[in-house]
Amino acid sequence: MFNPQLNNKGNLNHLLSIEGLSKEKIIQILDTAESFLKIGERDVKKVPILRGKTVCNVFFENSTRTRTTFEIAAKRLSADVINLNVATSSQSKGETVLDTINNLIAMNADIFVVRHSSSGAAHFIASHVKPNIHIINAGDGNHSHPTQGLLDAFTIRKYKTNFNKLKVAIVGDILNSRVARSNIHALNILGVPEIRVIAPKTLLPDEIEKLGVHVFYDIDKGLSDVDVIMMLRIQNERMDGIMLPSQEEYFKTYGLNQVRLDLAKKDAIVMHPGPMNRGVEIDSAVADSEQSVILPQVTFGIAVRMAVMAILAGQHS
Amino acid sequence: MNLPNAENLIESLKNKINEMIDENTVLIGVQRGGELILQKILPSLGSAVATGSIDASFYRDDFSSRGLKIKNTPSKIDTEINGKHIILIDDVFSSGRTVRAAMNEIFDYGRPDKITLAVLIDRNEQELPIAPQICIEKISLSKNQHLVLVLDKNKKFTFQLKESHV
Repeated sequence: MFNPQLNNKGNLNHLLSIEGLSKEKIIQILDTAESFLKIGERDVKKVPILRGKTVCNVFFENSTRTRTTFEIAAKRLSADVINLNVATSSQSKGETVLDTINNLIAMNADIFVVRHSSSGAAHFIASHVKPNIHIINAGDGNHSHPTQGLLDAFTIRKYKTNFNKLKVAIVGDILNSRVARSNIHALNILGVPEIRVIAPKTLLPDEIEKLGVHVFYDIDKGLSDVDVIMMLRIQNERMDGIMLPSQEEYFKTYGLNQVRLDLAKKDAIVMHPGPMNRGVEIDSAVADSEQSVILPQVTFGIAVRMAVMAILAGQHS
Repeated sequence: MNLPNAENLIESLKNKINEMIDENTVLIGVQRGGELILQKILPSLGSAVATGSIDASFYRDDFSSRGLKIKNTPSKIDTEINGKHIILIDDVFSSGRTVRAAMNEIFDYGRPDKITLAVLIDRNEQELPIAPQICIEKISLSKNQHLVLVLDKNKKFTFQLKESHV
């Protein structure tokens, strides 16, 4: 099957989605990230590997954390970084996505980190650029957010070491979440035997079981005996009464509090891609508890993004 | 061809290093061969000495042609290196590019007073003005021959000759 992420040698040329990546490729990225994690602990948090390269963060949709961590990652690799908040620039003047990208290529950019509200945007761009240009999908619509999936896998490996004995629960707005999709694919590829999704019916896509997950509408049953709890952000715009009645009601029925956390394994970890809504999907005390690895996720995210950029920049068709 | 006896070379290297070390010395092994040698000689050195290991992949000058080759063995220099005498240990010295990369990385950890390069074998292929101060044996090989230090299942070191197709 044609996989636009891979070049003619089968190496990763773009990172567009977790689907289509082999287990070996994912492990290679996680292992490389492990080396980069050490760089962040040094006094001099920089290596010269992308010296002279230009990384463009092109965000057609707003994001602070993802853009910042990509920016830090690129700078720690010694790349020059340009942040383009397209939502407020030429797009609003009517320029097409491809014209925006082609203009940046004409300025000799090498790597593009792209976020767009339309699913498939990064694929579209990747299929129209020259082979020496690399595209990283930083989130497209509700389709994919591969670096989040990879950093979550990295986080789980850090605390749990062995994927093939784990029970992982993903809780919240599965329907609108590209993070959930990327995580389900990553966990499946890495051999996690039991993935559960926990959500009200209105926030679950049809036929989600086809992705190899177990569906729970009751959070107490779903959290029983799990090793990893991945909370998802409930977007305020969903609280319009059609999808969900109210924030209070959601917290009562699906919010992660200490009592519910105690249903999971004693050493279960709690993850959240951020930004979190305390008191909506997660109780403040749980977010700050010993079992929470939400802040380490941010640190790991930089190392994983460094690994992805370094691997892509080292590929030649 | 007859390859040199790795165990004998390591023993000679150990003796030379032993003559140099004092409380100001830090031994750093270049991964993977240099690190293996360091771990082998460490227990039998005359005095306790600070150590580290280095994988200079992120500092190599051939990244754009070779890409990234990571073996999940990150550099580990947890000891203070400012003002220290570093003895950098590697198995085989060829172009000098790995040593250059390793030195660049070392300077991101601090400013040592002195760096000495100690190797088992010099292949006489120097491409940069960098040379080992301690070298046990010099041999010449053709470009496509690679000398690899291997630790066998009896915990004995041997050299193996591998040929690549250029």
